[in-house]
Order: sequence, then structure tokens, then C-alpha cells
Amino acid sequence: MDQLVRQYSRSAHQNEFYSEQEQHDLTEALPPLSLKFSLPPVANRSAFLRAMTDDHSNPNCPIKLAHGTTTLAFRFQGGIIVCTDSRATAGNWIASQTVKKVIPVSRLSRGEDKPGTDPVPGLLGTMAGGAADCQYWLRYLSQQCTLHEIRHKRRITVAAASKILANLTYAYKGYGLSMGTMLAGVTPQEGPALYYIDSDGTRLPGNLFCVGSGQTFAYGVLDANYRYDLSEEEALELGRRSILAAMHRDAYSGGFINLYHVKEEGWVHHGFDDMNPIFWKTKLEKGEFSNVTSTL
Amino acid sequence: MTSLFGHNPHTDAIGYSFSQPTNAPYKEHSFYPYTDNGGSVLGITGKDFAVLAGDTRSTSGYNINSRYVPKVFKIGGDEETGEGAHIILSVVGFAADGQALKERLDAVVKMYKYQHGKPMSVRACAQRLSTILYQKRFFPYYVQAILAGLDEEGTGALYGYDPVGSYEREQCRAAGAASSLIMPFLDNQVNLKNQYIPGSGEGHALEARKPEPMSREAVEGLVRDAFTSAVERHIEVGDGLQLLVITANGIEEIYHPLKKD
Repeated sequence: MDQLVRQYSRSAHQNEFYSEQEQHDLTEALPPLSLKFSLPPVANRSAFLRAMTDDHSNPNCPIKLAHGTTTLAFRFQGGIIVCTDSRATAGNWIASQTVKKVIPVSRLSRGEDKPGTDPVPGLLGTMAGGAADCQYWLRYLSQQCTLHEIRHKRRITVAAASKILANLTYAYKGYGLSMGTMLAGVTPQEGPALYYIDSDGTRLPGNLFCVGSGQTFAYGVLDANYRYDLSEEEALELGRRSILAAMHRDAYSGGFINLYHVKEEGWVHHGFDDMNPIFWKTKLEKGEFSNVTSTL
Repeated sequence: MTSLFGHNPHTDAIGYSFSQPTNAPYKEHSFYPYTDNGGSVLGITGKDFAVLAGDTRSTSGYNINSRYVPKVFKIGGDEETGEGAHIILSVVGFAADGQALKERLDAVVKMYKYQHGKPMSVRACAQRLSTILYQKRFFPYYVQAILAGLDEEGTGALYGYDPVGSYEREQCRAAGAASSLIMPFLDNQVNLKNQYIPGSGEGHALEARKPEPMSREAVEGLVRDAFTSAVERHIEVGDGLQLLVITANGIEEIYHPLKKD
């Protein structure tokens, strides 16, 4: 009974303070999660931002943002494989080795992201480029997807979700956003669907994408061994092996191999595993990476 | 403000942390609204507590402006005493941006409590801080933030941020001037990176040591060692060590002097 009363009674402080609107006006120059952002008081804003944050054109820039990645996703007969590394770099500094670059884009699956066997319904997004840009806009996208779900009483298609994101990045073209993401999902309308969206406003459907600084290395392995009729076991191994190749050759990629499989019922997490033991296992048991030796 | 009128702050005698040589091709930036105030912070979590620590020196270039400017703040508590706070925030980088960020988050956490009649969870606060940072994506706060508290289960929670709001929950994190000195030490001592059990195997069969939650005494010891060592090798770190420890009993503040040179 007490619980019921608590549930339906209002907070003691509810009417004592400012209304929600007034609070916004007081604390925020701009409302949260809106599409309005604080801008520098200069004529050429993107030049200012580039001077402050782009360590590619200016290695001495004061504000170092987290960057750098290898991500891949491909379609095969059993669904979609999504695989990423986990390194974030700020200039030459490794800011983190444990970044989760696969982001569930769904109201249902936002909570826990533990390795499990039960498929979780919803889409998956990958993050490459600016870490904050990807995290923020994929969260914005999942908000829009949830609203879509409530309004239309069915889950959003990957095509529609990717278009929301692409329209968004296109609207912010030239502002200096940096993101290369893939959206993967299986819907009744489309079947398994994979889209690539980047900060230029590009939106491409496709069977196979690699994105990030290590993309070329991943493409090398993936293109050589990819077939549509790969078995589930083979597909997971190919995803893992392609990321491993990129981690080995690309200094901006490394850390842990994060592997997902998107099926009809939803996505399944297949581990977040340290690359080092996997590398040595691949070398010693399969005889690959024979360029690496333990002696000089 | 002078910089707004085309005056170049870098030609002044004051050596800013990122002052540029006069022959640099990009010296013509006339709008330069940031100063690096130096210093370092670090956070470590345990089973039922979280620690955030920072040195108290404030620098501007090679000048030491103050020996006691705290970088670790209580969020959502009383303005003067910090009483009632249940979240702690540390910010390094540009102190003015850090102060602004702290005040904005503090206001948000208080409003949340008044409106919902319950304190904001650390998870919610962490997400909110991320959006606050991202609001200034195109004119960033020059800060690296670390947020700490206790999660719904009462275990220590720590979130590390980049200047525009990308964030991640972690066991430990160092930020600021001496982060490149402290973070590798923490990787080795807290997450036991590259540590193996002696005699457990030969070559690649060696078994890695598994990190376990640390006791509060051990964590405080690590924090002091990290800072005393950073003081020895970094000019922008020193003077004092401010430690905030958050447990189920509240927030305890400890001050520990560091070398003043």
C-alpha cells in the first residue's frame, strides 16, 4: 500500500520551485539535447574549431579529442557481423584501450551490454572518428528511433534510421563533425540491412564496409576471404581476423576485439577480447603473421 | 579580452603552456580564449568507495599563480560546506571553463533533486555531464573531466570524459598535465596490465594476473605515490594533494602537502 501511495503521490518539492521551463531558462543558455549549440564569437567558426581541435593539421592544438579506429561490418547468409577494435587516441596519446565502439541503437537494449546468448532486438551502430560525435548522435538517433516506435507501433527500418542520421550530418556539414558510422539491423521489411553514414552526409547501403584509420588493412583480409555463404562460425572468425590484421598494422587501432552478430531475433555479443593472446594464438597455431619472430 | 581586438596574446612575455614559436605558420590566431592552468587529477574506484584526487597548484605558463586552487568538487551539496553532496567531479585544463562546468552541473543536480524528490543517480549524472559538454561541441570547454560516485549497488563508479563529452565508465583514470606519467602507473598497479603469475607457464602460456578490487588504504597509498612521483618530474604539478573519498557514509576530504618547488 505504501508503495502504491509513493508511486502515485507527487514529490514534496514539486510545486515549491521553478517550473521545468523556468529551470531550463535558468540553467541552460540552450535546452539540453537540442540541436542548438554554443558557437564561438568569431566570423570563421570552423577555422577556429580546426585550430583548436584538429591535431591532423596542427599537432600542437590545445584540445585533443579522442579519435582513431578500425570498424567493420558485413552481410552474409546468417545475418550481419559487426566487429571493432577498442582504442581511442588523442594525438599520439592512447586515451583509452577499452572503448565500446559498437553502440546499441534501441530503447530496449540500452541498459546492459554483457556477453550473453539471448539475442537483443534493435539496431547496432558503430563509431569511428570523433568519439563524442558518435556517442552523442547515436544516442540522439536512438531517441528518434524510440519515438518512431511509439508513434508507429513498430520498429524503425534500418533505411529510415540511417536516413535520420544522414540528414543530420548533412545539416551540420562544414561545422567540423567527424564520424563514420555503420548501422546494422534485421527488420521484417528489409531483412538484414547495412548502411554506411559519414559526417559529409554520405549514406550508402551495402554488403561490406570497413571504416576508420585501419580500414585498408581490414579490407585486405575481408575482401580476400569473404563469401556470402559463409557459415556463422566462419563469419565470426573472419570478422575477428580482419580486425586483428588492422590492429597489427595500424598504430591507431588496438586493444580489444569487440564482436557482434546481428540475427533476425536481434543482436548477440560474442565477446570483448584482448588482442594479444588472440594474436599469438593465430601466429603459433595457424602459422600466420610469420613476419613476426620472437628473436631478431 | 585584448585578444578580441587582434592583439596576439602569444607575443606577451608570459609563457603560456602552449605558446607557439614566433615562426610557427599558425601564429595568426587572434581569438585565443583558453589558458592551460596545468595540474593533474586522478580517480580510482573500489568495492564500496571511489577516490578522486588532484594537486592544488594553479599555473599559467611558467608562473605559479596559486598554491591552493582545488580541482576536485562536490556536486549537489551545500554551496559552502558541500554537505549533502553524493557525487564528485574533477576538472583539469582551463580553470575558468572547469569552474563554469562545475557550477552548471551542480545546478542541474540540485534542480533534479528539487523536481523529482530524490537524488540524481551517478549514471544519470554521467550522461547529463556528457550532453553538457557536447552543447559546446563547436566552442569546447577546455577541460578533461572525471566524475565519481556510488552506483545503484553501492559500488564505486568512475566516468572519464574528453573535452566534448565522449565518456566511459572505468576503474581508474588520470587526466591533465601529468596524465601521461600517472596513467601507465595506474594501468600497471590497478588493472595489473602486463603482470603475470610467476611460474604459471612458459612464454605465451604465462597466466596474466587478474585485477581485483582494492582496499581503501591501498588506493590512497597509490594515489599519494602517483602524485609524489608526478611532482618530481612535472613542473605544473605540486604544492598540495586534495583527496575526496566517497563512501556510503558521505564524502571525506583529505589534504596532503606536496613539494612546493
